[in-house]
Amino acid sequence: MAEQKVAAYICQGCGLGDRLDTADLAKIAQKEGKVAFAKEHEFLCNADGVQLIKNDIAEGVTHVVIGACSRRAKTEAFSFPGVHVSRANLREGVIWVRPDSDEHRETTQEMAADYIRMSCAEAKRVNIPAGNPNHGGNKRILVVGGGMSGMTSALEASRAGYQVVLVEKSGELGGWANKLYKRIPFNEPFNGPQDTGVAEMAAAVQADGNITVYTNAVVSKTGGAPGRFAVEINHNGTPVAEEVGAIVQATGFTTYDTAKLPELGGGKSPNVVDQAGLEALMKAANGGAIKRPSDGGEVKNVVFVQCAGQRDDTGTHLPYCSGFCCATSVKQAMYFKDANPDVDTTVLYTDLRMPGNNEDFYRSAQNKGVTFSKGKVKSVEANGNQCKVAFHDLILNDENAAIADADLVVLATGQVPNAGTDIDAWTQAETESNNGQNAEAAQRAQELKVVSVLNLTYRQGPDVPQLKHGFADSHFICFPYETRRTGIYMAGPVRRPMDIAQATEDATGAAMKAIQAVENAAVGRAAHPRSGDLSFPSVRKEGCTQCKRCTVECPFGAIDEDEQRYPLFNEERCRRCGTCMGACPVRVISFENYSIDTVGSQIKSVDMPDEFDEKPRILILACENDAYPALDMAGMNRIEYNPFVRVVPVRCLGSVNLIFITDALNSGYDGVMLMGCKHGDDYQCHFVKGSEIANYRLSKVDDTLKSLNLETERVATYEVAITDIERVPKLINEYAAKIEEIGMNPFKGF
Amino acid sequence: MSEMKYHNNFLREVEERVEEGHMVKMCMQCGVCSGSCPFGPHWAHPPQELFMMIRAGKREEVLSSDSMWMCTSCYQCIVRCPRKLPITHIMHGLAYLAKREGKVPKGQPTAQFGQMFWDNLTKTGRVNELKLSLSLYFKDGFGQGIKNAMAMQSVGLGLMKAGRLNPLEILGGHSIKDKSGFQAMLKKAREIEDTRRKLA
Amino acid sequence: MANKTYSFYPGCSSQGKASSSNYLTSTNSMCQKLGITLNEVPDWNCCGASIGYGGGGELPRVVLSARNLALSEQHNAGQDMVATCAACWLASREAKERLDHSPEMKADANVALKEAGLEYKGQAQARHMVEVLLEDIGMEALQSGVKKPLKGIKFAGYVGCQTNRPFGIVGESFENPMYLDNMIEAMGAEAVSNYDQKVTCCGGALAFSEPEKSQKQIKDIIESAYDHGADMIVTPCPLCQANVEIYQGEVNKRYGTKFNIPVTYYSQLITVAYGGTAAEAALGGHLVAPAKLADIANK
Repeated sequence: MAEQKVAAYICQGCGLGDRLDTADLAKIAQKEGKVAFAKEHEFLCNADGVQLIKNDIAEGVTHVVIGACSRRAKTEAFSFPGVHVSRANLREGVIWVRPDSDEHRETTQEMAADYIRMSCAEAKRVNIPAGNPNHGGNKRILVVGGGMSGMTSALEASRAGYQVVLVEKSGELGGWANKLYKRIPFNEPFNGPQDTGVAEMAAAVQADGNITVYTNAVVSKTGGAPGRFAVEINHNGTPVAEEVGAIVQATGFTTYDTAKLPELGGGKSPNVVDQAGLEALMKAANGGAIKRPSDGGEVKNVVFVQCAGQRDDTGTHLPYCSGFCCATSVKQAMYFKDANPDVDTTVLYTDLRMPGNNEDFYRSAQNKGVTFSKGKVKSVEANGNQCKVAFHDLILNDENAAIADADLVVLATGQVPNAGTDIDAWTQAETESNNGQNAEAAQRAQELKVVSVLNLTYRQGPDVPQLKHGFADSHFICFPYETRRTGIYMAGPVRRPMDIAQATEDATGAAMKAIQAVENAAVGRAAHPRSGDLSFPSVRKEGCTQCKRCTVECPFGAIDEDEQRYPLFNEERCRRCGTCMGACPVRVISFENYSIDTVGSQIKSVDMPDEFDEKPRILILACENDAYPALDMAGMNRIEYNPFVRVVPVRCLGSVNLIFITDALNSGYDGVMLMGCKHGDDYQCHFVKGSEIANYRLSKVDDTLKSLNLETERVATYEVAITDIERVPKLINEYAAKIEEIGMNPFKGF
Repeated sequence: MSEMKYHNNFLREVEERVEEGHMVKMCMQCGVCSGSCPFGPHWAHPPQELFMMIRAGKREEVLSSDSMWMCTSCYQCIVRCPRKLPITHIMHGLAYLAKREGKVPKGQPTAQFGQMFWDNLTKTGRVNELKLSLSLYFKDGFGQGIKNAMAMQSVGLGLMKAGRLNPLEILGGHSIKDKSGFQAMLKKAREIEDTRRKLA
Repeated sequence: MANKTYSFYPGCSSQGKASSSNYLTSTNSMCQKLGITLNEVPDWNCCGASIGYGGGGELPRVVLSARNLALSEQHNAGQDMVATCAACWLASREAKERLDHSPEMKADANVALKEAGLEYKGQAQARHMVEVLLEDIGMEALQSGVKKPLKGIKFAGYVGCQTNRPFGIVGESFENPMYLDNMIEAMGAEAVSNYDQKVTCCGGALAFSEPEKSQKQIKDIIESAYDHGADMIVTPCPLCQANVEIYQGEVNKRYGTKFNIPVTYYSQLITVAYGGTAAEAALGGHLVAPAKLADIANK
């Protein structure tokens, strides 16, 4: 690699030249930042300014420090391939958050000077990443599950030019859709049930030269990483080895067992069926009149019970809404009305949920004479060939409403995901079994493993993690389909309840993500959300104490252990969040462009006023995904905040190593604010567990503070969302006031 | 007709026999109508509830209710209904069916006034305001009528003074010329409607 | 000014010595000043109003309006039929929509009309006088003819129900129509802004049958006008006018209020602003005299 040559450029545009002494900043870059040279420019992002930098790069500059706007602005203008760029945020981070007046000029200039120092310090410690040389290049995509979701993923990937291996457990493609008479309408005018199209789709899959189909097959083993997954398929008892680059899991759902609903007549009368049972009856009737199961009598009165065994708050049944069942009941009621308008069809609901165009479908059902009554069903009792449905009519407030003579009752039960092994339970059973030679725990682990879908050989367990209610992992707020196992994507009802239309959309999205994953893996780049990042973690083995914190804390299961129990990185699985770097107590994990040193040197480069200057310094470590943009937007809105803060963006709060905090306090900062994303069930962390892990680690920082004889308030953690534009400045100002109250850090000046 | 609770019999009857009754099934029970009605608090069963009762087959309760007689024809519910139900008209239609089925609560004042108004206008083709007011005051008998008329005396005198009430109207008043054609027309219209709506 | 000709349906309450005869008088004056010729529909009949349903049902009620429209088509061919009364307009337009929309109803109506020797063809439009003013003449032209601006009078523009719903004036909202306020301002007077009872129901026909409930409505309508500092109320609807004016004494008795606020028609405002006399504007036809308006008329 060429010798490092750092150059600094200070922009005078956007008011920077009026508000700041840019000549002074250039001097600081040169004298303190020790850059090769520093230049001022009146408008750095214009063609002339950019050309100036380009010319210098041609002359050997390898690292560029830009003192101008935020790193989130002008990214295209200030992007120079093969060159590192550090951005000192003088606009959004300084002049836009400070008042323009003489009395504030000094502190504003100090802010800007520090950001120049910090950027210079960072730039000098960054190496240009060259990409991971150890990467696989397989671009085939494995799709597990041959229902509507799986088939859609396979076809979409094929259409985009990718080879697909499709594994289906049963003997034929089609999944649940095979059992449906018709499906909820999915195009204009949304007024009646439509053909499922499943047979045509299965035929298209079979005829597709890009798609290899295994029916009667399951995945018996999955190892490797994106770009080089080694998969073993048990095909009719014969093992087949396949190599693929990414995996889409579309293993769908199972219906909730109606036998668990005896109070609603489940298992008590043949005339009480679930929605799947009604589809079977309709298929048998084949467009004719549906017959009553008990005696083959004509059905003249049918009642649909919504939310059967769902949205249950007693802890007995499914606590969630499956979302598709309202529209399904509408569809099924139409089966009756379309065949014979004289059949009375009543849908008993507490809340009708008709997302999207289903509202039109609902209206159409009303038009066809389907009656919707808002009521909570109390019981369904068989009475000869009929059933009595007792309910509380919620509109008429009649506790004792009843339909005494239903010929058929359809229970709208929910979807139970086929998500495989619950790896948390499995891990616990494994741990118990290993610790105490516990036969019962070993048995339990074995049982949990049997249902595994992917049979991953990862140390974290055989399947992807599960979220609430056993649904497979997916980043619910920002990135559906993404799981914490890089290169493995979830599509369809396995990740949340949904209907065919939504599953089809899901499957298309997941196929696209799988394609991205194989393409990134093939050139050694990070997958989402740092898509395109060429850096990867490396460990300095000499210093490693084999404590395993990195392997345990990695949210993505990227780190295994080698034979000598050192961490072994599967770089293709890594998302580059730096949680391992934050976890390492001996600080031996780093990225070429992000390390203990790149962050630490920024922290330490700040000019620290002495105790009697009455100028405290507060360090803010802000997540670059949410908190940092929120701070930038505060600037764009010209919301002022305290001039004594210095902000360092971090990839994720998970990458914050405790050394940053001790270093900060040792070098005289009076307080440290950590801003990360919301964690817990409704997390907003891009790296799912990063902020949670950080929070856990930081919960122990109090002890450290006490041992240093410092007030615990000197370190504060905040959950910040990207929308907290007004809140963030408020938090800063409140914290600054608190620090003023506590007084200066006694370590200042040591 | 026997009532079949939570069957569609009465809904079907309403669809056939009530003005705009075919729209009752389209109600989605949001309750905006009930919340928009200026006389809302006076309805034992606001429109939303009436629609549900119809679907629940509660024929007797609906037709004998005085709720729909609370409608002032302000059309607020119509313009606010997200499902565009012609609620005002359905209320009128239910009220009329109730009248024809003899289910109107005895002495329901708006039902009485509505009938007087109709009788008044059909007689001459135009409304005779004096006779209309007098028949309203005397609806509960002669004694009460004198009291009512005395109570409203100042209003009547004021109107007379303002030239807006003509005491001579008692002798006849405004009328159209073609009374016989007019009355034959209404008779025919009623016959047609009675046949179509199966009104006895 | 524009010379425009319309077929005119005055309605029962506008007749001589009926409750809104001053509406008719002032309308005639206004039209004369605006160059509008009104040809009365010969032998028109009552529209059935909003209360006609109780005795009449649907088809007989529709046929009432069909007869008026048929007479208008026949005698005032090619002219829009214009009504001043909200109920007359509403009934006519509603009937027209149903007849034009449903071939069955149109056939039925014509069977009945035949008894009176008439036929409904669907040629005449049913319009409100306010539509004529706003759409055919226009607010600017209306304003340009003002001779005596109604300076110093503050009006609460009470639109009421049936001029506003369910059809209303094109381009206006149901919840807060602005045309009456604009008209007040165009005549040089001040309009109460944020008159929160602008489209509140006065009880309509139920003022007779349910006086207690209706007078609560009327009280709110007047009270808000007072609260906003109005000198007068102005309305386009004869039943609104009658209910809100006539029952003030009753409301005062019931609620202990001291209401005494004039309730006028837009046609009276325009007549006076256009230089008409108090007699032309029929300002004498009130229980509560619109003194401020009369002062300007008499100047």
